Amino acid sequence: MTKTVTDVICPFCGTLCDDLEVVVSDDGKQLLEVYNACVIGTEKFLHSQSKDRVTRPRLHQPDGTWKEISYDDAVEYTAQMLAKAKKPLMYGWSSTNCEAQSVGNEIAEMARACCDNTAAVCHGTTLIAVQDIGIPSCTLGEIKNRADRIIFWGCNPAHAHPRHMSRYSIFPRGFFTGKGQMSRKMVVVDPRVTDTAKMADVHLQIEQGRDYELLNALRVALNNEWLPDVVAGIPKEKIREVADMMKSGRFGIIFFGMGVTQSLSKNHNIDEAIALTKHLNEFTKFSIMPMRGHYNVTGSGEVFAWQFGFPYSVDLTRGFARYNPGDTSSVDLLIRGELDAMFTIGSDPGAHFPISAVKHIANLPSVCIDPHLTPTSGVSKLHVPVAFNGVETGGNCYRMDNVPIDCRKVVEPPEGMLTDEQFLIKVRDRLKQLKGAA
Amino acid sequence: METVTITMKNPPALYLEADNVSPDAFAGKTAAQIAELHVYEGNTTGTLGKYFDVNGNAGATAAETKIVVKGDVKKVKYLGFKMSAGEVVVEGSTDLYAGAWMTGGKMTVKGNAEAFAATAMKGGELVIEGNAGNYLGAAYRGDWRGMKGGKILVKGNAGSDLGMYMLGGEIVVNGNVDVHVMTHAEGGRTVIKGNVNSKVGGQLVEGTIIIFGTLDVMMPGYKYVDDVELEIDGAKATFAHFIGDTGERHKKKKGQVIYGNLYKKI
Amino acid sequence: MSEYVIKNGHVFDPVQGIKGDKADVAIKDGKIVTNAGPGAKVIDATGKTVMAGAVEIHAHIAGPKVNLGRIYRPEDKLFTCTPTRGMERMGGGNSIPTTFKTGYEYAKMGYTTAMEAAMPPLFSRHVHEEIRDTPIIDEGAFPVFGNNWFVMEYLKNHEIENTAAYCAWLLRATKGYAIKVVNPGGTEAWAWGLNCLSINDPVPYFDITPAEIVKGLIEANEYLGLPHSMHIHPNNLGNPGNYTTTLDTLKLAEGFQAKNKFGREQVMHLTHTQFHSYGGTNWGDFESKAKEVMDYVNANKNITVDTGNVTLDETTTMTADGPFEHHLTELNHLKWANCDVELETCAGIVPYIYSPSISVCAIQWAIGLELALMAKDPMRCFITTDHPNAGPFTRYPRVMKWLMSAKAREAQINAFKHKDKVLSQTSLGTLDREISLYELAQMTRAGPAKSLGLASICGGLKPGMDADIAIYNINPDMPIANPEDIEKAFTRAACVFKSGVEVVRDGEIVSNGHKRTLWVNAKVKENPQVMRDINEKFLKYYSVTQANYEALGHHFVPNPYAIEVDAVQ
Repeated sequence: MTKTVTDVICPFCGTLCDDLEVVVSDDGKQLLEVYNACVIGTEKFLHSQSKDRVTRPRLHQPDGTWKEISYDDAVEYTAQMLAKAKKPLMYGWSSTNCEAQSVGNEIAEMARACCDNTAAVCHGTTLIAVQDIGIPSCTLGEIKNRADRIIFWGCNPAHAHPRHMSRYSIFPRGFFTGKGQMSRKMVVVDPRVTDTAKMADVHLQIEQGRDYELLNALRVALNNEWLPDVVAGIPKEKIREVADMMKSGRFGIIFFGMGVTQSLSKNHNIDEAIALTKHLNEFTKFSIMPMRGHYNVTGSGEVFAWQFGFPYSVDLTRGFARYNPGDTSSVDLLIRGELDAMFTIGSDPGAHFPISAVKHIANLPSVCIDPHLTPTSGVSKLHVPVAFNGVETGGNCYRMDNVPIDCRKVVEPPEGMLTDEQFLIKVRDRLKQLKGAA
Repeated sequence: METVTITMKNPPALYLEADNVSPDAFAGKTAAQIAELHVYEGNTTGTLGKYFDVNGNAGATAAETKIVVKGDVKKVKYLGFKMSAGEVVVEGSTDLYAGAWMTGGKMTVKGNAEAFAATAMKGGELVIEGNAGNYLGAAYRGDWRGMKGGKILVKGNAGSDLGMYMLGGEIVVNGNVDVHVMTHAEGGRTVIKGNVNSKVGGQLVEGTIIIFGTLDVMMPGYKYVDDVELEIDGAKATFAHFIGDTGERHKKKKGQVIYGNLYKKI
Repeated sequence: MSEYVIKNGHVFDPVQGIKGDKADVAIKDGKIVTNAGPGAKVIDATGKTVMAGAVEIHAHIAGPKVNLGRIYRPEDKLFTCTPTRGMERMGGGNSIPTTFKTGYEYAKMGYTTAMEAAMPPLFSRHVHEEIRDTPIIDEGAFPVFGNNWFVMEYLKNHEIENTAAYCAWLLRATKGYAIKVVNPGGTEAWAWGLNCLSINDPVPYFDITPAEIVKGLIEANEYLGLPHSMHIHPNNLGNPGNYTTTLDTLKLAEGFQAKNKFGREQVMHLTHTQFHSYGGTNWGDFESKAKEVMDYVNANKNITVDTGNVTLDETTTMTADGPFEHHLTELNHLKWANCDVELETCAGIVPYIYSPSISVCAIQWAIGLELALMAKDPMRCFITTDHPNAGPFTRYPRVMKWLMSAKAREAQINAFKHKDKVLSQTSLGTLDREISLYELAQMTRAGPAKSLGLASICGGLKPGMDADIAIYNINPDMPIANPEDIEKAFTRAACVFKSGVEVVRDGEIVSNGHKRTLWVNAKVKENPQVMRDINEKFLKYYSVTQANYEALGHHFVPNPYAIEVDAVQ
């Protein structure tokens, strides 16, 4: 017999849909079906049932093979590595829960490590911009209920946040937006003709690397100042038309992603986009929101911030917190050879970092906490698989608009597997002993 | 002027943070005392003497102290940190934060300096004979109060994000500059003798930018006004004069809007 | 060791009317007891001042806007972070401390209970995570109701019973403590870029006025009999001439009587009154109306207020008064963060520098002090800085110095660049009152505790109350030679007990104690209408499901202290 768990939160992307229904076996050990999730979310749940899952830690041998070891031995290896390192990095955190992050922070503080999350290669530049200029924003329900001007700049939700447009931004009939999609005008700014761009009322096919200039031109248009004939490949008449379209709405929103956070100018793109949003508030109500990728990168940043004061790239090596991306950020630390140990959890830097950085991970003492086999686990010395957070264990996560939602456990993990939090607690307790003995 | 020479003898495995290598930290100390000053390698605390040979006593005050740094210090950060007077000469290249938060005195780097040199500088002089990295003379993260005074000269090239949130002082680069010059500035002046890529003067409220070489793409917020003759370092030349950033807010004085000024040599 | 006796200190306890007499205070099993047992550990308080632990009635210390403030101000922590040390986790933040630092700094000043002033209900999990990570001090949080769609729809038709049922439901769902109102109606208007600047400006679409919202929530609060009263940040904050809006708001309490079993006597608590006591018509003729406001407060006993003192620091303003923050960024051009929260509220954040060389800031400083010095009943006027809006809470000892020493005030007035403006635009120069230690105990302990409905638990040293006690290095028998000694003494308490556990000794943290989260569980009779409305709004308008909104697992509130209220009529 089966039972259906409702109000399940999907632990994949920053959309953090919380209306999933998951059918599990009566004994709670098998996950059978998933309803309401997108293709990616469905797979996140179903693939946890793979018969060939790695269920125990494995240590990389000198001859390249892997040897299974116990969780206790894995705890010992990890604690010893962190105790001995002069400058370890504890990276990732974006695919685990805030409770695990909190234990990780205790470890980082004890080990005097650097700690960082996936914002370092994603929306970290957004955070830099927010630090330089602020951010007028709102929760996703405000978009659903009020927004009538939607701009997607440098992002492709049709692929990366598949249910975003149906749950929040384009299709819903909200309190003041009873006509749904018909209430809204959609603008997409992207050099590519993406599936999202195909839905837009206006697609600005911008010249690559010139987002900063185009955003500046929109502000110039708001000030009714002179414009050159073409900016970023867009004619000035079109720029003024889009500026007018934005002004004429009742409530506008700019959503943005990697297309601007990790292309030329990075944080400056976001800075000027936020400046444009603030500028638009002289005419009508406008907000801006980053399309966060991992389902709990936001949460990792929140916990770092309330415990250490900074949202990512935090350096605790001097016994107190310091922050300066470029100095304290993960890719820079790796490429410059600043580290002597690497601890990865809830992320895959092996796949996402520049290869020059990944080579360093391969050469360092390294631990990778991940249920999957990944490029990171492949180059790490110790691979510790854990239960899937949000599937086999619950825990608090933060959506892209900073709303906290407590993920649910829907199914048991494979026999004897630990969760992130359980493993980290053991590492913390062992590290405390090692540091106390010193 | 008393001179203290520190020579790298024991390179670190990782990187060193040498916050204490400044005339202010050395002032009033003997060579032996200076050798006891703390230096940091990751989460370990060592002494200056563990990594450097220290010769010479400091002057009684920072103003009377000169520091010469010899040997390979490419992995040493924070040389000249927060100096207020005196002199620091780095004979080779150095890492991040050269002269960061300095308020006076003179620092010379004979080689290259990496990112964050002269962060939030308030006064004094920094000369980099080689190249400067990114964020030269920029504000610290989140602070709208960047470089307030002093003078920076780079004889080679500079990277990106030069003079971010600048309020005052002057930066001169003899070579080329990457993207983002004086973003968000509210004062100060930057002279680029070579070429600059783009995104110059973005979101600038007030300030002056003078470019001798090429500028790949002008920000749309800059509009041409007229041609003017300027004298820079004793040489006169004619420049196309632009005002901007017209997308940004500006102050008014006696009813007149005060724009930033960008001059590009014709 | 669960038995202590604090011997021979000068006790200041408004609950028992003790005004500095030498007396012993005995502790057993977390409570104050009449007599010490033979095995009680002795704490010698000879020559020292003994008071109950202080009670913070209004500060922004936990939650999404506080954390956005931390995230967006790395410069607030540059060079000033403190290292891990003994019992203490590392800390940082001048105007917006990290959670560990928040707990330690409050405890070191002898504060043992603090209320987070504004909790957006959708984010209650975040607030509670931060409360859980704030060591030592008991905390509660006030959910905001003044721009809530349910509240506005019910009160438009004056449906008090439904409003009360919804309030009770929301307090339980968010583990909240009280009914907080911020810029009533104006923050919903701000979701369209508008505002309500007077109590009669109708809210767009909802077509209800701030006056109706405020009166309705007072009624609902008394219908339920909650421990605290409706707690309000009135419309028109921060604008010259706004004192008229403040008086209009205060008058809404006329005719209402407090109904509750907690000893609370007020029906309205008006917060950070300094920001609401402005006269003049612009920043040029800006002047204090503290007297007009306090004349009213003094004459109307069903009101309590807190001051919102300016401390003359660089700080960060953060409030659910979203339109005000937008207005402020247009004035000072500093970075502006904003977050409108669906169906509920908003938050805005802008850094601000209260510079002593700016006359407006000096006048604001004076107004905050005038309010306290003009208060006739110190049990109804409490000291705050609306942290961090008017200044960091770590400046409380400095505010206390200014209130207790006319000489210290005079020195500050003389140090202002525009001293003449302070003297001409305010009456601070004519006030030579000095708040006594007893009055200080009223304004920071017994008064706020009573206002919060916690009079039987904290704010005093009566046997049976929680053993929350602070000992300071001030000898009331010796005249104060230097006002700086007042500030120094209150900055680092000699000893602090929280619930009978010694947490601070000689200004150092010696234990984290067992902090509790205070919340109010109000029971009303079943209300199918309200439940149906809640179901419907979650289905149609919220972006989370009702089941996910309501779930507040144990790990969020690990040590709850629920105050039960029976409102089943």
